[in-house]
Order: sequence, then C-alpha cells, then structure tokens
Amino acid sequence: MTKNKTSGTWSGGNEPMNSEYGKMMMWFFLISDALTFSGFLTAYAFVRFRFDIQWPVAEDVFTHFPGLEGDQPLLYVAFMTFVLIMSSVTMVLAVNAGHQLKKNVTAWWMVATIIGGVIFVSSQAWEWYHFIIGDKGGIELSSREVMKVANGDGDVLSLSQVVQGMEKGHSANHELMFSDEEVLKSIRANNNLVLQSPGKEHISFTREATIKALDGAHVIQGANMHHNEYGKQQFANFFFFITGFHGFHVFSGVVLNVMVFYNVMLGTYDRRKTYGMVEKVGLYWHFVDLVWVFVFTFFYLV
Amino acid sequence: MSDHESPQGTAWIWKIFWLLLAITTVEVVLGIIKPEILLTSLAGTSILNLIFIGLTLVKAAYIVQYFMHLKYEVNSLKYAIYLPVLILIPYLTFILIFEGQAIFEF
Repeated sequence: MTKNKTSGTWSGGNEPMNSEYGKMMMWFFLISDALTFSGFLTAYAFVRFRFDIQWPVAEDVFTHFPGLEGDQPLLYVAFMTFVLIMSSVTMVLAVNAGHQLKKNVTAWWMVATIIGGVIFVSSQAWEWYHFIIGDKGGIELSSREVMKVANGDGDVLSLSQVVQGMEKGHSANHELMFSDEEVLKSIRANNNLVLQSPGKEHISFTREATIKALDGAHVIQGANMHHNEYGKQQFANFFFFITGFHGFHVFSGVVLNVMVFYNVMLGTYDRRKTYGMVEKVGLYWHFVDLVWVFVFTFFYLV
Repeated sequence: MSDHESPQGTAWIWKIFWLLLAITTVEVVLGIIKPEILLTSLAGTSILNLIFIGLTLVKAAYIVQYFMHLKYEVNSLKYAIYLPVLILIPYLTFILIFEGQAIFEF
C-alpha cells in the first residue's frame, strides 16, 4: 500500500497494491475470464478423451490457406497466431509511448493494433466459412458415426473424387453437393474404396465391413451444430463455441481499442496527464493473445 | 534497475517478440513434421504433446510477465493475480485427469 504523505491512511488518495483502481479491476476481470476459458478447454479435453477414436485430427480439418492449392496443415493458424502476437507487440509499444505522454506515437501504434485485430477476426471468419461449407465430405452411418472414404492405400478421398473419379474430381468438394444415392452407388461400385474413421489412428474398415455399413448411411457435407462431416459432432460444437467465444473477445477488444484510439486523438488523456486507459485496454488485449496461445495449442497442436 | 521499475526503451519489447515468434515457429514445425521419436507415449500422452504444453506455458509466462507488466508490479498485486489462477486451474486439471477415467464406466 502506498502512503499518502500529507495525510493519514484513511484520508483518501491511497492506491492499494500501488495500482490504479481501474487497472486492478481489469486484472480481476481477467482472472475470472481465465478461469472461464480454462473451464472450456478442460471440457474440450474431457469430451475428446471420451471419443478419442472418432475425434477429428485438426491437421486433417484445417488445411486451407488463401491462394494456395492442396493441403497446408497448420499454416493458416500459424499465420493467425503471428498476427495476434504482432498486434500484442504494437500494443506494448502504444502503452510504452503512452507512459511518455507521446500522443502521436501512441495513436499510430493503436492504429497498428486495431489493424492486427481486424485481420485476426477476418481470418477467423474465413476459417469458419471453410469449416462450415466443408472439405472432403463424410458418410454418416446408421450408428451416427461419421466416416471418411479412403482408397486402398488409406488416403482419404473427397466425395467429388469418389463420384467423378480421380482424374475429373477435385481434392475438395468446393460448392458441389452430392446425393446419398450417387455417393453410396459409387462406393459400392469401386472395390478399392473403404470407410475410414476420422480419428488419429485412421483405422480403415475392410471392404466387406464397408459394404455392410453403407446400409442406412447417408452423406454429410459441411459442418454445423447438428452435422459434422469431419467426425464427432462435439468437435464442431466445441470449435464454434471456443473459437467463437475467443473471436468475440477479439472483436470486443477491437471496439475498445477504437474507443481508446479516438480518445487519444481527442487529447482526453493529454488533459488527464495519464494514458492509463491505454494500459488497461492493453491488458485486455494481451489477455486475448494469451488465451489464443492456449487455444492454438489445445485445439490445433495437441 | 529495481524489481518494480519497468525497463526503458523499446529494445526489450522486440527481444520478447522474437522469442515468442521463435517458440511459435518451433511449435508449428514440430506440429507439421511430427517426428516419430517424439510420439513415444509418456505420462498418458506423447512426448510431443508435453513439449507443446511446456512451450505454451513458457509463452504464456513471457506475455504475462513482460507484456502485461506483472513482473514489475508490487508483490501484493502479483500474488492476488497469480494465486487464484495457479491454484484453481491446476486443481481443475488434476480432478479431470485423475477422475476422468470414470466416464468409460457408463
């Protein structure tokens, strides 16, 4: 506790923990938020542990990179991580300049941080879009288990390749929709094709088991809260929930950053002779980066 | 420089940026190539996953200590922030790891 030299402890003007009130409250809010996110991630881990065999592997799901053809596992999330770390750095630079009461320098670094945040949120929208429209498609068995179609070598094929053949088909379905009949007919007709579980073991059915399993099966393309072509339904639900909750944090952070930037430009903090608000919003912004570090590890890497 | 005084200049910020970037690059490269030797199982998971979790905690520590400035705050504030998080989250994880097996009994 810092003592106010001119009067007693209870005469006001003291700052417990040598911290401004708003900054301390921001920290306490972040503690509660950290516990919320840890609850989400442990719940994710628990459900994944329970359905390990059917749990999709992130590298097989998030394989697209804008402008690049073919499978690029992890590259896009790596880019998103880089953007967020970079915007964290520009935020520290803004806070640093704010301490020295440099209005213009603070403003420029705030702009850089806002741009970083916007790029991140847009990237997430792009990733959601691709997740929702789907990639290679899946077959839902009557047991509600979702399987991939693979060839004899264990390589997963897209429904487009299954129906239109390896030469004419695309490695992803893109906008093409396939009916249950044409896909099931194509699998039955081609002796090379088997069903494969989406989990990390990539266990393939035998040809007989495949034919047997196709009774009552139907095609799944794309993912939402009810169907998920990538594998276990809960994977999609957790994906939407955790990255959505984090993305909303980033979005709120961008809004707060814009408000603080606006006040920097108005000279509000110059008149107050303190850029404490930049520091508070900075704490929130770093926290958003911190959460992403964990989401990146537990959703995409592990 | 005393313990509660933040460093001057901006060189330290870039130093930490390069460090975080290097750790992320290592994680991504390991995630893409997945070296066979690191997939050996250990403590219920693989060595690779333990490396990922370790590197994540290092990254988190640098963000909290330097970017969020916690290293330079007074001890009472530091402990008010560290203790709830460092007790409750490991506790939750501990419960899950040791009791989670029960899900297979249903």
